[in-house]
Amino acid sequence: MSLKQTREFVITKGVDEYFINLYSAAKFVLRFFNEVLRPPYEGKEIIKQCYEIGYKSFPLISLTGFITGLVFTKQSRPSLAEFGATSWLPSLVAIAIIKALAPLVTALIAAGKVGSNIGAEIGSMRVTEQIDAMEVSAVNPYKFLVVSRVLATTFMIPILTCYTGFVAMMGAYLNVQTNEMTSFVSFFEQAFEKISFLDIFSSLTKGIVYGFTIGIVGCYKGYNATQGTEGVGKAANASVVMSMFLIFVEEILIVQITNSIRG
Amino acid sequence: MENQPHVIDYNQPVITVRDLYKSFGNNHVLKGVDLDLYKGENVVVLGRSGTGKSVLIKIISGLLKQDKGTANVLGEEVAKLGGKQLQELRLKIGFSFQNSALYDSMTVRENLEFPLVRNQRQLKRKEINESVERVLNAVGLSQTINQMPSELSGGQRKRIGIARTLILRPEIMLYDEPTAGLDPITCIEINNLMNRVQETFKTSSIIITHDLTCAKATGDRVAMLLEGKFIKQGTFDEVFNSDDERIKSFYNYNFIK
Ligand SMILES: Nc1ncnc2c1ncn2[C@@H]1O[C@H](COP(=O)(O)OP(=O)(O)OP(=O)(O)O)[C@@H](O)[C@H]1O
Ligand SMILES: [Mg+2]
Repeated sequence: MSLKQTREFVITKGVDEYFINLYSAAKFVLRFFNEVLRPPYEGKEIIKQCYEIGYKSFPLISLTGFITGLVFTKQSRPSLAEFGATSWLPSLVAIAIIKALAPLVTALIAAGKVGSNIGAEIGSMRVTEQIDAMEVSAVNPYKFLVVSRVLATTFMIPILTCYTGFVAMMGAYLNVQTNEMTSFVSFFEQAFEKISFLDIFSSLTKGIVYGFTIGIVGCYKGYNATQGTEGVGKAANASVVMSMFLIFVEEILIVQITNSIRG
Repeated sequence: MENQPHVIDYNQPVITVRDLYKSFGNNHVLKGVDLDLYKGENVVVLGRSGTGKSVLIKIISGLLKQDKGTANVLGEEVAKLGGKQLQELRLKIGFSFQNSALYDSMTVRENLEFPLVRNQRQLKRKEINESVERVLNAVGLSQTINQMPSELSGGQRKRIGIARTLILRPEIMLYDEPTAGLDPITCIEINNLMNRVQETFKTSSIIITHDLTCAKATGDRVAMLLEGKFIKQGTFDEVFNSDDERIKSFYNYNFIK
């Protein structure tokens, strides 16, 4: 009996499964890089997905971005006012928004909105055998479904990050303007005083990395959804949890790397 | 197109399955399956739910891998084919899924075009449209061309699913329960459709079903799958004149119901 067990599992069932899953996830990610540059290209599908992503998250991101900027400025004001330093507000807010808040807020909203959608959509195609149907009709479902969606999120999340940054700054400007009557131009001049090229570059990198993460995690969870409608819900849910977790890990890594570059 | 009676060439096997085994964990589904399909022939595979009928044709089309044994299709061993060769073989196999598996984010037209435009990139718009109309006509559903799959009835979905596989002009058709869950009249329509496909497209087919009317109407040969093996093969009458209790009960069950 014990011999049989050692044959079935290398360590224990749980540990074995963990590594098998890790291996299959790694294979899934590598397959993306293997297939992304090979023709045929699904241009139409990529554009459709970009549109869907932008369109789906646009209202929520506008609202959240604006309120984040407004509230953050409002809440920071009293502490700065204690030192009579409210004139630093624009640059403080800009640092917070551009370096940290915009990429993170965008990514978390997109993980919830776009990631779950991708997980559910591909998951339901898996359990209703639509993916198998593509395969048996000699069409590569990975290329059509996964590559196009991952490209779309990788492309769109940085753009949405810029947009979030912009509306958040508008929120901040609203607060500053009502209190100090600062003009639009001088607000932005002050705001960008302390922002370097590296900061913008690092935020865009975050956007690209988060976008890739959201896309590939949603696709992976959907692609491996197990039988039944229950599997679709699970895939959607797991996409959100997993991509949010990875986004936080990546956030820490990118910040560390940026800081070490800055020296 | 004028229908000619179909001709079966018993010297030309298109599918040869030998000693096929497949398990999922402790669930031993196929336990030594042998099956031959000859050119122009319709073989009906009968068997109760969960006996592994779908698993068998998924192995034949390369969607699943067997644990042991061989599945040879058009001279190629499916499990040994990789990427490009497997794709080429699949162009010659039409797979009609148990639940139709229509792409539900696409219209009927887009569903039908999907495999065609991706496999024959040189086609002009006009040729694509002609192909779409031809297969839609073949299944008698020209009027649904701009509808979404969710707007179709179960029987219509089945027929669109069949049309979608026909558009690539396959040599082999695998039908997974084409008549399940349909009313008797629609069943007869689908049976007739499968026979018409056999005659006009010169296909060889494996038809999976629980439905004996369908088996009788479409099968040149019937094979009975039970407990992971084919326990009996032959014409419909040969199989059901058997004294085997298990076959009798399957027959009685079908007609008492
Ligand atoms: N991908 C899979 N993973 C695990 N088990 C599977 C898988 N596919 C099929 N099975 C199991 O294999 C057995 C046979 O399934 P299959 O779908 O072939 O049955 P079937 O004969 O087609 O039945 P039905 O008439 O209900 O369609 C079932 O017990 C099923 O649970
Ligand atoms: Mg089945």
